[in-house]
Amino acid sequence: MDTAGVEEVGASVWEGGSPPYAIPSKKLGMWLFIVSDAITFAGLLIAYSYLRVASADWPKPFHFYPSIIVASVMTFCLLTSSITMVMAVAAAKQGKVSSTLKWLGWTMAGGFAFILLHANEWRGLIAEGLRPFTNPWGTPAGSTPLFGATFFALTGLHMTHVTIGVIMLGVLAAGHKSGRYPADYVEIGGLYWHFVDLVWMFIFPLVYLMSATVGH
Amino acid sequence: MAHAAGAHAVHHAPQGFIRKYIFSMDHKVIGIQYWFLALLSVFVGMALSLYMRLRLAWPSGSFPFMGEGPMTPETYLSLLTMHGTIMVFFVLTTAPQGGFGNYVLPIQIGAADMAFPFLNMMSFWTTLLGFFVIIAAFFVSGGAPTGGWTGYPPLSAVGEIAGPGQGLGQTLWIVSIAIFAVGSLLGSLNFITTTIDLRAKGMSLMRMPLTVWTWFVTSILMLLSFAVLLAAGILLLMDRELGTSFFIPAGLVISEQVINHKGGSPLLWQHLFWFFGHPEVYIAILPGMGVTSQILSTFARKPIFGYRAMVYAIVAIGALGFFVWGHHMFISGLSPYSGLIFSMVTLTIGVPSAIKTFNWLGTLWGGQIRFATPMLYAIGFVSLFVSGGLSGPFLGQSSLDLYLHDTYFVVAHFHLVMGVAAIFGMFAGTVYWFPKMFGRMMNETLGKIHFWITFVGVYAIFMPMHYIGIAGHPRRYADTTAVDYLAALQPVHEFISIAAIITIAAQLFFVINFFWSLYRGPKASENPWEATTLEWTVPSPPPHDNFGGRTPVVYRGPYEYSVPGASQDYIMQTTPDTMVRGAK
Repeated sequence: MDTAGVEEVGASVWEGGSPPYAIPSKKLGMWLFIVSDAITFAGLLIAYSYLRVASADWPKPFHFYPSIIVASVMTFCLLTSSITMVMAVAAAKQGKVSSTLKWLGWTMAGGFAFILLHANEWRGLIAEGLRPFTNPWGTPAGSTPLFGATFFALTGLHMTHVTIGVIMLGVLAAGHKSGRYPADYVEIGGLYWHFVDLVWMFIFPLVYLMSATVGH
Repeated sequence: MAHAAGAHAVHHAPQGFIRKYIFSMDHKVIGIQYWFLALLSVFVGMALSLYMRLRLAWPSGSFPFMGEGPMTPETYLSLLTMHGTIMVFFVLTTAPQGGFGNYVLPIQIGAADMAFPFLNMMSFWTTLLGFFVIIAAFFVSGGAPTGGWTGYPPLSAVGEIAGPGQGLGQTLWIVSIAIFAVGSLLGSLNFITTTIDLRAKGMSLMRMPLTVWTWFVTSILMLLSFAVLLAAGILLLMDRELGTSFFIPAGLVISEQVINHKGGSPLLWQHLFWFFGHPEVYIAILPGMGVTSQILSTFARKPIFGYRAMVYAIVAIGALGFFVWGHHMFISGLSPYSGLIFSMVTLTIGVPSAIKTFNWLGTLWGGQIRFATPMLYAIGFVSLFVSGGLSGPFLGQSSLDLYLHDTYFVVAHFHLVMGVAAIFGMFAGTVYWFPKMFGRMMNETLGKIHFWITFVGVYAIFMPMHYIGIAGHPRRYADTTAVDYLAALQPVHEFISIAAIITIAAQLFFVINFFWSLYRGPKASENPWEATTLEWTVPSPPPHDNFGGRTPVVYRGPYEYSVPGASQDYIMQTTPDTMVRGAK
C-alpha cells in the first residue's frame, strides 16, 4: 500500500505525535486517578447498600436538627469551596497570582470549615454511644452494629480525602506563589477538589438523608 | 503545545550509581528492577510449592527448615496462602506488566520515557515495600496467614482465634495487598497516559504492536479493579482492628467460642474480592498474549493473522472480565438466576479467546518458522493456554461447577491457564528482549533443554490433577491419606510431586543461562531477531533517552514480514514507503 504512510498523519488526533485530548499528560493522569478513586468509593457505597438492604432494622437516628441541618451546612461549605476553586482556576489562567491565592485561601477555608463541623459531629455521635462496632439506636439497642461501621468507614475515608485536599491546596498555593506551579497545576488540583465534593454529594443523601428521623 | 509528546523527557541521564541503578526514574531500569523482584518472588513461591508437594506425597516425612516431624496442617495452609499470594501479585502481576511493560512499552511507541518518571519510580518502590511486608508475615509471631490467597472471611476477619497465622500474619497480608494496590494504581495510570499521549508521529492506535495493546488494556483493568480490592481491604482491616462486622455474621462459633460480632456478610467480601480477582486473571495473562503474538509473527516471518480481530479480542476479554466474577461463587448460595447470567457471560469469553488462538494458529500456518527459544516458549504458551483454557467452559457452567468446585480440577485449570501459560509468556519475553535489555544473547542450547523439561514437566504436574479433581479430591487439604477414597489416589500425588521436583530443578538451566549470558553471552546486534518494531531500531541496550535525541516517525504497522517485492523479509515500522519502493 503506497498510500499508507506519514502523508496520512494528521487525519486524526489519534495518529500519534501529539496528545489526542489536547490536555497536558498530568491532567489526564489526574482524571485517571479520579476514575480509580471513584471506584474505591463506589466499592464502599455498594458495600454500605448491600449491608443496609440485608439488615432487617437499619436505624434512622439523624434528627432534622441538629444532624441534617449541620450536614446541610457542611454540604454548603463544600459546594461553596467548589465555586471559589473555579474562581481560583479562572484567576490563575489570567495570570492574577494574588487573586488566585485569595480564592485558594477561601477554598481551603471552606474545606477546613467542613472538617471542623464534621469532626464536631463525630464527637457528638461518639458521645451518644456510636462506635464502629455498635450503636445506641435500633431495637434492641446495638442490634445493627453495621450502622456505625459503614458511617465511620465512608465519612472517615471522605474526611481523609478532604484533609489531603486542604493540604494539597496549601502546597499548591505556596508553589503558585513562588512560580513553581503554573496555572495548569491549579486546574489539576481543582479537579481533585471537585471530585471530593462530588463524592460528598453521594454520601450526603445515601448516608444522612436516608437515615433521617422523619416526623418526630 | 507546551506538553507535546516527549517534551517532558528532557531530563538528563543520571550520574552516580544510586541515581542510575537504585532510585532510578529511567523506565528501563525500573522495568529491570520489577523483573528481578519477580525473579526473586518466583523462587520464593516455587520453594513454597515444593514443600507443599513434599507434604502431599510423603505425609509422614520431615523436611529441612520445616522443624521436626511431619508438617502440621497449619504450616501447609500457610505455605499454600503465601504461595498463591506471592505468585499472583509479585510474579504474575509484576513481571509481565511492571517488568516488560515498563521496559518495552515506551520504546515500542517511540517515547523517550514514561509520562511520569517519578511516579514510575514510586510505583516500583511501593511494590517492593508490599513485598517486604508480605515476607515479614513469615517471621512474626504465629507465622504466615492460612486464609488462602483469596483471604476469605470470616476466618480472615476474626483474628488469632482462627489459627496461629490469622493473627499478625493475616494483618500483614492485608496491609501488603493494600500497598500493592496503591503501587498498581500509580503504575497503571502512568501506562495509560503514556500510551495515549506519547506515541511517536505516525504510531496510530492500529499500528501499535499487540504487546502495547495488551499492556494498555491490562493497565485499564488494573486501574479499575485494584481500586475495589483496596476498598475491600480497608473494610477487612477495620473488622480486624476496629471491631466492625462487615464480613462477620452473627452467631459464629470458632474453636468452641461464640464470636462477638454480628450483622455482616462473608458473601460481601467474595463479591468485592472477585470483582478484582477475575480481572486479575486477565492482568496476568494478557501481556503474555501480547508477547506471544509478537513472537509468533516475528519467528514465523508472517504478519500476525487478523491484527484488528486480535485488538478487538484483547479489548473484549478485558471488558467481559468485569462481568463474570460470580462464576467464582456458584456454590456460595448465589441465586441460581445470577448464576445463569454469570455462566453465560463466562462462556462468552470463549469467543475472543478462540479468536486469539485460531489467529495464532493462522499466523503459524505456512510460515517459515524459526525455532529459536523465544518461539518455543511462545508456542508453549499457546499449547498451555489451550489446555488450561478448555477446562474453563467446564467450570463456567454452574451445574458442573457444583461438583468440580474446590477440587484439584480447579487447581489444574488455573495453574495451566494463568499460572504456567503466563510464566511461559515471561520466559518468551525474557529470551526475546534479553539482547535488547542487556546487549547479549542467551544460550540457545541451555534454553532448549530448559524449555523441553519445563514444558513436559508442567503437563506431568497438572494433567493428573484434572483426574484426581474429577475423582473428587478437594483442594487445600494437607493430608488425605486417612480418607478411603482419596488414599487410593496417593500414587498420583507421588507422581505429581516427582514431576514437580524435576521441573523445579530444571529451572536452574534458566537461571544459569540467564546469569552466564549476562556476562559471557555473545554480543547482540541492534536487531538480532530481524523484527520490525521500534525497540529494534535502537542500540542494544538503548541509550538513556531511547532514541538518542531524535524522535522516530512511524510509517507502517508492526508486523510487515515477507512483504512481496520488498528486498528483505521484514520492513521496520520506521521505514518510509519510498525506501521500500527503492529497494524493489
